[in-house]
Amino acid sequence: MTVPVEITINGKACSGEVEERQLLVHFIRENAGLTGTKVGCDTSQCGTCTVQLDGVSAKSCTVLTVQASGSSVTTIEGISDGVDLHPLQEAFWNNHGLQCGFCTPGMIMAANELLSKNPSPTREEIRHGLEGNICRCTGYQNIVSAVEDAAKAMGGR
Amino acid sequence: MTTRIFGSGIRRREDPRLITGRASYTDDIKLPGTLHAAILRSPYAHANIKSVDATGAAGQPGVVAVYTGEDTDGVLNGLPCAWLIPGSDLKTPAHPAIAKDKVRYVGDAVAVVVAETRYQAEDALEHISVDYEPLDVVVSPKAAAQDGAPQLHEDVPNNIAFTWALAGGDTDAAFADAAVTVSDTITLPRLIANPMEPRSALAQWSAAMGELTLWNTTQNPHIARFVTCVVTSVPEHKIRVIAPEVGGGFGSKIPYYADEAITAFCSMKLGVPVKWTETRSENYLITTQGRDHIEEVEMAATSDGVITGLRTTVYAGMGGYLSTAAPGVPTILHGLMYSGPYNIPNISGTVYGVFNNGAPVDAYRGAGRPEATMLLERMVDLVAAAVGQDPAEVRRKNLIPKFENGHDVATGITYDSGDYESALDSCLSAAGYEALRAEQAQARADGRCVGVGVSSYVEICGLGPSQVAGAVGFQGGLWESAIIRFYPTGKANVMVGSSPHGQGEETTFAQIVAGELGVEVDDVEVIHGDTDNTPMGWGTYGSRTTAVSGAAIAVAARKIKEKSRALAAHLLEAAPEDIEYEDGRFYVRGSPDQHKTIQDIALMANVAWNMPEGMEPGLEASAFYDPPNFTYPFGAHIAVVEVDPETGRIDLQRYVAVDDCGVQINPMIVEGQVHGGVVQGVGPALWEGAVYDDDGQLVTGSMLDYALPRADLLPDIEVSSNTTPSPHHPLGVKGIGEAGTIASTPTVYNAVMDALRPLGVTRVDMPLTPEKVWRAINDARNGG
Repeated sequence: MTVPVEITINGKACSGEVEERQLLVHFIRENAGLTGTKVGCDTSQCGTCTVQLDGVSAKSCTVLTVQASGSSVTTIEGISDGVDLHPLQEAFWNNHGLQCGFCTPGMIMAANELLSKNPSPTREEIRHGLEGNICRCTGYQNIVSAVEDAAKAMGGR
Repeated sequence: MTTRIFGSGIRRREDPRLITGRASYTDDIKLPGTLHAAILRSPYAHANIKSVDATGAAGQPGVVAVYTGEDTDGVLNGLPCAWLIPGSDLKTPAHPAIAKDKVRYVGDAVAVVVAETRYQAEDALEHISVDYEPLDVVVSPKAAAQDGAPQLHEDVPNNIAFTWALAGGDTDAAFADAAVTVSDTITLPRLIANPMEPRSALAQWSAAMGELTLWNTTQNPHIARFVTCVVTSVPEHKIRVIAPEVGGGFGSKIPYYADEAITAFCSMKLGVPVKWTETRSENYLITTQGRDHIEEVEMAATSDGVITGLRTTVYAGMGGYLSTAAPGVPTILHGLMYSGPYNIPNISGTVYGVFNNGAPVDAYRGAGRPEATMLLERMVDLVAAAVGQDPAEVRRKNLIPKFENGHDVATGITYDSGDYESALDSCLSAAGYEALRAEQAQARADGRCVGVGVSSYVEICGLGPSQVAGAVGFQGGLWESAIIRFYPTGKANVMVGSSPHGQGEETTFAQIVAGELGVEVDDVEVIHGDTDNTPMGWGTYGSRTTAVSGAAIAVAARKIKEKSRALAAHLLEAAPEDIEYEDGRFYVRGSPDQHKTIQDIALMANVAWNMPEGMEPGLEASAFYDPPNFTYPFGAHIAVVEVDPETGRIDLQRYVAVDDCGVQINPMIVEGQVHGGVVQGVGPALWEGAVYDDDGQLVTGSMLDYALPRADLLPDIEVSSNTTPSPHHPLGVKGIGEAGTIASTPTVYNAVMDALRPLGVTRVDMPLTPEKVWRAINDARNGG
């Protein structure tokens, strides 16, 4: 049993016939071929699959593709062209905010929403804001610094 | 041009692809026509398999093939254990990729389905029926070693896989003469490594060429190729293993698993690419775990707190089978470090490696050394309490005095260099120790439970001399090799056999070449992870990549420099001994304007129009570096906690780390390793621990149930360092990947115990969850 869907991903229309049970993250990775969004767990805990769904950050492993039909999704590939970096990408690079890089796309997407809601967060607020995303490499400290740095670059303070 | 890049915290060259989502991890790789495998896993921790009926799965939508142990039996060889400790009566029972007769832990593979999509493969698993005869289960490694315990393997009495003993000095006499003895039983629960990237394998078999390509989440692609050859019987030179981007490992991606063998088997049967990627739930069940120690420990000391002896009996859980490197972890990497940074003249230990009904246990960040440091640091604190002295002072009086070139300890190994007291002093000073103790006294007077924990540590890293590896039964070498190849334009590639997966060596290694040869760091590209285009190497673990591969690169760069000097002399019509080198330029002594740059030399060597008699064209060098000794990084850490006695909740308020990893190539990366390492050690002290119930079911089977450190639970870590170069290393480096994890568990544990001491609490098993702490406080209040 498949259902037709059409989702705008990073500004491009992506359509397909998908199973009703297909997870959005699999549509993004398999149908749209955008593998920057990762699958790190199966219980909605790790946050590596975080994307923006109609402007709100969402764990794409807990959204069905059919639920997202007609919506607009932004993934890590969509926040910059890969050359001219988003301030968060630049800040993660400058602050050594990543090691293995697997959590990084989700972490950047989550941080992006955090900054959209709170443009000048304290370190404490950043730590709380990112508690839904797990990083096993960095101990979070440089991620917090990166988000703090990006907030400044984005004019937050 | 600057060559001061060596030693500077430049940002990482691997990051642009990672921060933009353009990097390819194994599961991101798509080959045309790929089929997807899902593996049926035992729901029982211990059971006989009476029958497997896969016919129901075969007709399911999209299913292409179903294989069971009957199919792989005799085709795939058993998974080998590759660390065969001599003199330990080691038993290595068969470890089939797919179980045929018996399962020994929840998650043991029983069958595999290959289908057009992963969803279809997973669906079809439900249509395989397996008739199990459940058997009695044993989880605790100590219980498993007792008479009458359920037996996992027929030919392994009492489940004891090996017995390893260590003795230096006269420990019995030390205890007989001791004014003070302390003891405790320390339980280090199983830990789940949790790299954020689940494991994955993509196998592509070419029947026409007899060639197997395996993309695999491995920390050591050359070992993976070696073992794939052993298991599949495909000749080693016909196997290509590629570790593309690898999303962390922490030891759990060292071993060779049944899953990659099964994936390769499926591709070889079907002639198309087959991919398998574990779910996180599978990762918790089947990917190797760490620790699982029960340590019965005693320490002897004088009435003044001078340590005179250490005695241990350790039960180390191995899980259902011996994983690739498992026997080496609680023995060589653990027992040999029983002296720590201290003078302990008399040491004895017995380690039992014990099969139990859980996932196989193998190296996890620190691998053996956190377990050794934990027991030592716990004992030192107990000695301090027994003699009524400050724990920092008891450490100081027992630390080995500064040495620059070799110090023998009672366990029989020789540390390279150390200045433990300076590290302790630096840490006490950075933490403001005296003020902390004063604040603590005030807090206690106010009825608050504030604790300060101190640890000193030394670790064995930079694994290691191959001759020693052979002597201790490691079934491989521990050298590394590197090739540096300059192109006509003066740009260079460095090919290495080790395989970093987050540690940043694409940057660090380029910095080494830049420092040695005066090229821009951006003119050097590091290639790793593909057995087809890298020289042989043994992989990334044991804080060895910069220490061993880095040395190979330095040695290769120095060969390049010598050839360049000779070619420069020829081109400048001077004698080689008259050529000076500085900052990438070779010049005639006294005439700096008469020079050739390394780029000039690269061009002239590559075109070879004017070479000296007998000199080969090209500017390329390779080096095989076999370290003469291990390296021994060290340091001291301090933690400050406050415990809420009404809830048992622990607030980690400060963490101060002083580490000495020798010469630092990129201090930013070093600091990042300390941050991550410390947090990974805080985890088991406070939150992390795998729990199996009495039936061998993993209770902490997901990230919902297994408490990983999260951003909001941690303070900023205060990091600083000292520099004591390794005397035997070409660059003086020692390694930093595991230091934080080794030090932080006992540091935080000791801090909590320090906080609880006035309440009469003397011991709590890790992890120190609020419930356990609250119960311990109440038990103490109620008279213990």
